[in-house]
Amino acid sequence: MVEQAEIRVVHQGGSNITFREPAISSDSRFLLCASGHNVKVFSTVTEECVQELRGHADLVTGVLLRPSNHLQAYSCSADGTVRLWDFTDGILIKTYVIGYPICSIYASASHDGVIFIATPTKGYKTLDSLQLLAVHLPQTAGQLVETSDLSAVLSDVSANPATVAFGRAGEYVASTNGVQLQIFFFKKQKSFRFSLKENSCSGRSNTFTCVACHPTDDCIATGHEDGKIRLWRNFDQKREYTYRTLHWHHSTVRALCFTPEGSNLLSGGVESVLVQWRYQQESQQDFLPRLGAAITHIAVSPDGALFCTSHSDNKIVLIQSCVKVSSIIQGLVKGEAVQTDLMVDPRSKALVLNGKPGHLQFYSLQRDRLLFNLDVVQQEFIHQEGLDQFQVVMATLDGAGAWLATVEERKQETAEAELNLKLWAFDEPSQSFVLNTTVSTPHEVRITAVTFDPAARGQTSLLVSCGRDGLFKAWRLAVPAHPDDGGPSWTCDFVSAYHGLTPQRCCFSADGSLLAVGFQEVVTVWSPASWELLLTLSQPPGIIRDLCFGRLSCSKFLLGTTSSNQLCCWNLLTCSLEWSTSMEVSLLLADPLSDNMAAFCHQDGNTDLFVFKPSEPRPLFSQKAVCSGRVSRAVFAPREVALESCEESSQWLNRSQLYFLTPLMDLLTFSTRAEEERLMTASKQLVVDDSVAMTPFQLLLGKRRPHHQAAVEDPAVRPPADRPVPPGGSAAVRELLQSPAHVLPAAAALCSVFMEALLGVATETRENETSAGETPSDPEEEEEEEDSDQEMETRATRPERGLLETDSADPVLSRAQVRELRRVRKLDHSWFSSLLDS
Amino acid sequence: MIQMGEFKVHRVRFFDYMPSAIRSMAFNSHTERLAVARADGAVEIFNFADNYFQEKVIAGRDGRSIEALCWVGRRLFSAGLEGEITEYDLENLRPRYSIEAYGGPIWTISSNSQGTLLAAGCEDGTVKMFEVLEDRIQFQTNLSRQKGRIISLSWHPSGAQIAAGMMDMIKIFDSETGQATHRLLVDRGVGTSKSREVVVWSVAFLNDHTIISGDSAGKVQIWDGLTGTLIRTHLVTKWDVLVLAVSQDESSVIAGTSEGTVVQFQFLPSTVGQQDKLWVQTRTFKNHSHDVRALVHTDTAVVSGGMDTQLVVRPLLDKVEKNTQESALHKIAFPHRNLVSCAKKAGLLLFQFPDHLELWRLGESDRNGTPGESLPVKRKPEKLIQLKIKGEDHICCSALSPCGSWLAYATVAAVRLYRLQLSSSNVSIQKVSKLPRELKSVHQLCFSSDSCRLFASSSFSSVVVVALDQTDCKYLHTLKHKSGSKQPIHILSPSEDGQWLATANTDCEIHVFNLRKMKLHCSVPAYSSCPTAVSIHPTSGNLVSVHADQQIFEFSLKQKEYSVWSRQLQRQGLHPLWLQRDTPVTQITFNPNNPAHIMLHDVFMFCIIDQSLPLPEAKSKLYNQRILQSLPEPQRLRESHAFKACKNFQHLLSVNLLEDLSLVVVERPLVDIVCQLPAPVRQKLFAT
Repeated sequence: MVEQAEIRVVHQGGSNITFREPAISSDSRFLLCASGHNVKVFSTVTEECVQELRGHADLVTGVLLRPSNHLQAYSCSADGTVRLWDFTDGILIKTYVIGYPICSIYASASHDGVIFIATPTKGYKTLDSLQLLAVHLPQTAGQLVETSDLSAVLSDVSANPATVAFGRAGEYVASTNGVQLQIFFFKKQKSFRFSLKENSCSGRSNTFTCVACHPTDDCIATGHEDGKIRLWRNFDQKREYTYRTLHWHHSTVRALCFTPEGSNLLSGGVESVLVQWRYQQESQQDFLPRLGAAITHIAVSPDGALFCTSHSDNKIVLIQSCVKVSSIIQGLVKGEAVQTDLMVDPRSKALVLNGKPGHLQFYSLQRDRLLFNLDVVQQEFIHQEGLDQFQVVMATLDGAGAWLATVEERKQETAEAELNLKLWAFDEPSQSFVLNTTVSTPHEVRITAVTFDPAARGQTSLLVSCGRDGLFKAWRLAVPAHPDDGGPSWTCDFVSAYHGLTPQRCCFSADGSLLAVGFQEVVTVWSPASWELLLTLSQPPGIIRDLCFGRLSCSKFLLGTTSSNQLCCWNLLTCSLEWSTSMEVSLLLADPLSDNMAAFCHQDGNTDLFVFKPSEPRPLFSQKAVCSGRVSRAVFAPREVALESCEESSQWLNRSQLYFLTPLMDLLTFSTRAEEERLMTASKQLVVDDSVAMTPFQLLLGKRRPHHQAAVEDPAVRPPADRPVPPGGSAAVRELLQSPAHVLPAAAALCSVFMEALLGVATETRENETSAGETPSDPEEEEEEEDSDQEMETRATRPERGLLETDSADPVLSRAQVRELRRVRKLDHSWFSSLLDS
Repeated sequence: MIQMGEFKVHRVRFFDYMPSAIRSMAFNSHTERLAVARADGAVEIFNFADNYFQEKVIAGRDGRSIEALCWVGRRLFSAGLEGEITEYDLENLRPRYSIEAYGGPIWTISSNSQGTLLAAGCEDGTVKMFEVLEDRIQFQTNLSRQKGRIISLSWHPSGAQIAAGMMDMIKIFDSETGQATHRLLVDRGVGTSKSREVVVWSVAFLNDHTIISGDSAGKVQIWDGLTGTLIRTHLVTKWDVLVLAVSQDESSVIAGTSEGTVVQFQFLPSTVGQQDKLWVQTRTFKNHSHDVRALVHTDTAVVSGGMDTQLVVRPLLDKVEKNTQESALHKIAFPHRNLVSCAKKAGLLLFQFPDHLELWRLGESDRNGTPGESLPVKRKPEKLIQLKIKGEDHICCSALSPCGSWLAYATVAAVRLYRLQLSSSNVSIQKVSKLPRELKSVHQLCFSSDSCRLFASSSFSSVVVVALDQTDCKYLHTLKHKSGSKQPIHILSPSEDGQWLATANTDCEIHVFNLRKMKLHCSVPAYSSCPTAVSIHPTSGNLVSVHADQQIFEFSLKQKEYSVWSRQLQRQGLHPLWLQRDTPVTQITFNPNNPAHIMLHDVFMFCIIDQSLPLPEAKSKLYNQRILQSLPEPQRLRESHAFKACKNFQHLLSVNLLEDLSLVVVERPLVDIVCQLPAPVRQKLFAT
């Protein structure tokens, strides 16, 4: 169907950035990590996402710097392609089509033109049995390259990408699966297998979990489920192999990494402590504790100065020389389960849900970053298994975002659950929520629903809560009797019950004039103004699971789902059932900005989505098998800029975007093709210089950089075009004047360079202009080109853009002026240096 | 008391046997004998070529403390804190001579690889060199005297240099000139132990002039002996590194620590296929709860012993075939000989301790019960006599006559015989004053079944026969054989009818003497493994022997050939599980009611071999008693085989059948021994 190809389920915002090990660029300035269908490039200094590499059609399963060119990176994906990127500029250089889903990617500096990928073994659909393939990347030109030169290296590879590592200078590869370690020597084409017993003496599992190879010595470190680390040596002997056991971790070692010089071994696990073992002196360890969550990956920058740990709560921590946490890149916090509904904060347009234990997180989907965590429970969380602690189980925001209501609960096996209802007011000066009222035990038993009166008349003052004790209560913001008692607070205003039935759901109509409460099989509609029961609706059998008023043109409809798999629509004007259909709806949701409703239906282990208008018989949009498992959390997030899609099937996405959480806690959304194309084209440029460090020597005496590059760079950084470039603005001159004298070469040597720098600014800009317009004939420019053909391609795109920008910016010089400038440049300035010498 | 099937069982747990700590070990790789010195001065010889069988025990002596053992060829020397060097007579199981070194307590001795010199490190800071002569050692020279005691010594394999571990330093001496050539200063520990001087407990001098040292700060340090520089320090433990041992090929070093761990270091190339190697810490073995005081690195195994009294043989899995008997861990906790004698007729038990004997009367019960039921005791077991020895020498063997009226024990110096008179109320013991002169240098004592003969094994594998009557004892004869073996007899076994006496010596010979004719009847064809238990069947007159490699033979004394059953057993082979047991059978008894039954036991099981039943197949289950009980009768008959093992009793020291057909089982649970040990060094346990 064409319509369904138009709309795609994608990871967009809030995706897992710790799915695979990140890569740090060689200058330690950028961090590349796989994030959903994209690769994100973060700045290690500012924690900002500076680049998003889009192009993969499925989950990205690995990111890797290209060993032969540190400005390029490979990424692999389950869509069966390996892509080569210029990650600084966000340019896709090549796409290698492998044809099989790829689980992970490895490379080694000594295997030139070869990458190693783990793919499912033929005939196996699942990830149980993988094989490691060597892929010879063809050196052909063109964007899309089919690869056919695959050769199997190892079979029986584990699906965990941390279980494969390449050894010293790529001479061997070590892979573990279960309790077996396998080492394959490339030169000798020989493989060795070593197995451990299933269980150690203390009865804990010896299973391998990760492996790392020493960069210069023949030493392999393996991590185990029982928390041990083994250092294997002499593994080119069938029997005389040996290992040393290190034991600090008390549970599974998740990540191991040697520093680039091999002087240290880093390990991490559930303890949230980064352990640094001195190589050869393993009895000495350094610890970096309290990293917040279990460590899942460790990466080290090529110069060894920057460590980076990925954590299970979707966080990447950057650590400087194992002592100082320098920055934290936090994705959408993934707890064990999300118990609150997904909400959108009307003020910040941020997604609100459970974050850290006892917190609510505010996550900006547009900027794809965590805004802040609101500590709701305000108690220390104790990391210990089997301990009952307060959890935020419910939260709701009012229409204007001025009030937040949270319900926290502590389940106890022996006693009754402890409940707290907290109401938070938005504080304008501090721009955050401040606790206003705490109601302890608002209901005797658990609370089933909490909702604000959505009437957005500036001041909201009505909250309704339903509890399992058979009551629903209305809470009102009341000004205290004595002015000394402080500001207004919330008090209980009205309590009601209905035939002793348990209220399960409650829902306000859009204008706040009606309140529907579902009491098991019966829907009751109340008037909040007078607390009068207006009508009851019932469609037995089946307990009401979801209730939802229609919006805008459909506001006369009340929709409900029942446990007997019925979706019912009542007309409130006629007080009768308008229509009903039989489907197992797990979640019913109304779009606040349109009259559309979305229903997630659970069928055959998959979830289907239907988008419909209550007034129309045909659904606007339907998609089968959106994801596997039951979807129980979703939200319509309003767009900042409305789309103008004319396709009928995607019109429902014009004003708001539908996000939902899969059972595996992945945040997915629906994206139209037009939207994706817009994103693809809007790839921006980025300032990068490929030099490692900018020094005065490099500027003056090193390879001279053509100044036109400055023009090519980001327009935002470029000086405003209409202002003439001052002669002192040349970087070389500035550096020369500002550098301390003792680091500069003799003035005689500098003189001519200095003069040329003063004179050459305008000339070179001009020269570049001509060369771009005509054939590139300048020998200097050709020298600049690197011999790599990929690099040439990327460069080819640059001068054009640079030309366009400089055309509009710089005043055009006449040919005579150019000739004059060249003549001046060729003049002998040595008289100036002799003057200096005298 | 417990009812077990057809037997009433006396379950004896009042034998407070307590082995003493291992202080030192020395391994002779030519003869594959391990000498172990214990804290009470006893020296034990284990034969590693023969299933780690404890061949010889030389009893200790009060006040003798052995700090070091050393083999020179086949000669064994020891030195201790009393300042003497002792050579042992391994044929007569006694010290041959002791020489005072005149340097105060001796901490260590070491012989050069040529076997010509013996160096002793003394408390007064001297290294004394002794020349090893044919029959003695003679003081030759002193190396230059140092301040502070010499704790450890190691010769360079060339014999030209010797390294000595001292307090806070290691010195290297030129053995020709006696001058110290290098002084290596050893760092003290950090923190509070900074003020305490560090003890270099052990040094090893390798052929490439690398010196490895272990010290009381918990470090294993690797030094260059040519330049005297420190190459690398491995911090192994918070406590002491007490002992080091080097493998024959010098590719591996092991270090024993106070924590009970043994840490291995290997000399490995840092990258595959390259020549430059370095010492890398690899495996850690934890088989001890207390200090590891003695270590030996054989070609295939790590042998360790220490305060917890157990000898542990931990095979190195990279040197042996996996899943073979060789690759199994061996723990030797109990002696391979009997320390318990039982008077079958009188119901008495004699327990042998190093310095005293205890005589107990067994309890009684008049009830019968169902199998497995414990019976109420009518009369409690009772300690009758505790006999403290005179003199300093420890007991090497003891015996109680079957009638319970004679008691004999022997030390290295003398034999003592006592006459006991027991009535229900009072106990009297009377020493037999005049003993024949022939009773000296005795290794084993035994009474005949009618209690009127005493057999004592003496030097040159001879047996002295002494006749006993009410008042005195009289020398009768010395039984000799003509094989020329000088090895001591370790088993004496007279037959029930008084006609035969079987002897076994550590040369693996079994001789049978006719006591009526007082001459050698026959010799059992020699088998390569040492017999661990020998007994003569009371009715058929067959000799049953069990050997250290777990083989069982039955030899007909009448026909002077192996019996049909024995041949069949050899043809079919023993069950693999039987051969995999790691403790030797130490006793064989027979059931007078059922002549086809042979009862034998080792430390972990008690087994009745029914010669009338078919032998077990290799595939069938060996320990099937529990399964058999649940099977119906016809199937049980089909499934049952000759080996009926019972594992209900553990850590068995003795099993005897009394005349009233009740079994006496002497147990010494290992936990009881462990809980009597001193507290180990404090170690931090996880989550405490």
